[in-house]
Amino acid sequence: MTPRLAASVRKRLSDQFTLDVALDAAEGITIVFGASGSGKSTLLRCLAGLLTPDAGQVAIGSTTLFDAARGINVQPQRRKIGYVFQQLALFPHLSVEANMAYGLAHLTEAERRERIVSTADRFGIAHVLIRKPGAISGGERQRVALARALVTDPRVLLLDEPLSGLDHATQSRIMEDLRAWNSAHDIPILYVTHSHREVFALGERVVVLEDGRILAAGTPQDVMDAPAHETLAQLAGFENFFTATVTAKQPDAGVMQCRLDGTATDLEIPLADTELGAPVRIAIRAGDILLANQEPRGLSARNVLQGTLAFTVREGATVVARVDAGVFFTVHLTPSAMETLHLRQKSPVWLVVKTHSCRQVAL
Amino acid sequence: MDWTAIALSVKLAAIVAVILLAIGLPIAYWLTFSRWRGRFLIEAVVALPLVLPPTVLGLYVLLAIGSRSPIGRAWTAWTGHGLAFTFEALVFASILYSLPFAVQPIASAFSQVDVSLLEASATLGASRWRTFFRIVLPLSIDGVVTGAVLSFAHTLGEFGVVLMVGGNLPGVTRTVSIAIYDQVQSFQYASANATALLLLVFSFAVLAAVYAILRKPWAVPALS
Repeated sequence: MTPRLAASVRKRLSDQFTLDVALDAAEGITIVFGASGSGKSTLLRCLAGLLTPDAGQVAIGSTTLFDAARGINVQPQRRKIGYVFQQLALFPHLSVEANMAYGLAHLTEAERRERIVSTADRFGIAHVLIRKPGAISGGERQRVALARALVTDPRVLLLDEPLSGLDHATQSRIMEDLRAWNSAHDIPILYVTHSHREVFALGERVVVLEDGRILAAGTPQDVMDAPAHETLAQLAGFENFFTATVTAKQPDAGVMQCRLDGTATDLEIPLADTELGAPVRIAIRAGDILLANQEPRGLSARNVLQGTLAFTVREGATVVARVDAGVFFTVHLTPSAMETLHLRQKSPVWLVVKTHSCRQVAL
Repeated sequence: MDWTAIALSVKLAAIVAVILLAIGLPIAYWLTFSRWRGRFLIEAVVALPLVLPPTVLGLYVLLAIGSRSPIGRAWTAWTGHGLAFTFEALVFASILYSLPFAVQPIASAFSQVDVSLLEASATLGASRWRTFFRIVLPLSIDGVVTGAVLSFAHTLGEFGVVLMVGGNLPGVTRTVSIAIYDQVQSFQYASANATALLLLVFSFAVLAAVYAILRKPWAVPALS
């Protein structure tokens, strides 16, 4: 069985921020997810030994790397933890091959050569081995950083947003290579990101950090699909948040009606044990809302709201529309859908939201 | 032209530059990476020769190496002669006098090295020594070359400290700047001019070579 990474660390960085986290990572990819400033990088640095925690322990299997109480603090160079930095930190004056050989000083020339060639093949960088990092593409640099860490055969791999700034296709190709590598080596991999898209694409498990603490942990589905907390919902890609009041409950149908505050608009949402007249907070993903240019009929969806199109912004392959329906809704649609609908500013539009697309989050 | 003085100056400057490189690297490393709160005190001491008149530095060096000081007595016990007014005294004084010219460019180059490269080196299993020789030093080589050349050039041109500590003994402590001073004092303007011109041209050539190495005007502009 592969040794697990077990850590519980506390590190005070300022009066406002203290990291206080306990986690246990088995082999495979664990996503560490959180907004910037939530403590993700601090956590990785504590694990790698680049920062010394104020209290706690870090261990891989039965090997203790850090124990504040027993005064154990193994130096980073002896921890055998692979680390891929956000800025990659490739050595600019060394060739790709020399970068990869850097962590293999203990091997013979022949062993070094063999490991470098096989790892470079696996990560598709064999053709750039003699070049300097400044002379290769961004995607290749990311692969080199990954290969440089993995060629040393680490016991744990820490990745600090290594793929940010790459297009999605390149990202997923690199991740496939990483998965393929890890199916043979089977070590714990901690992958830090602030992109909720990557959580679903990559992770078997996710740990959500906020203000230096773990907010939730589990499978991506568990954590992201039923976010009980507004910050979590925001991180999980929910763009719309409304405060409303419960006006009616239908326990038989498993639903309840809520009046959006400041409007005459009702939303039907899944039943919860909130009392009649009590306030609720509702979260809806922008991608879960349909937009129509005439009043839709004969739908299974229970929520059809009329509004006017306030404005649209193009963000990459997505059009973000803001619709005034008493309160403002954010809706995502494709550019071609936008064209087909012939929408202009002030156009009357209808919003269609399924009951179960409305999530109740904590106030 | 006083070739003996010129040869002596070049020898002094070369020895001082080599020694300053050897002691400047660790001092610069410590100044860059130490987290000691009192670090500024050492920085101030290293920079002192920049602002002190050479006579002040020379006077204290003279007192420090004189026959009554512990250093002077230890030297006499070891070598059988006094330290003051010798070539060794000149080397000692010049090292102090040119120290900031070696340390500051090197420390500045060290501090430009991206910290994440040092951390990456550590996570790849490299000791501090290996990180220094494989990462810090190669990436700071411009600053190291600058420090060595500035120490050399600055020592070559010094006058006051040499006069205070070494005096004016031909072949032993009479450097080129002292020789020029002597020639002017005895109205030998032609030979003073020849020596001064040589020093001027040589100093310019050395500095031009350094800046050329740093700016690499012959290189093709980089892509990124």
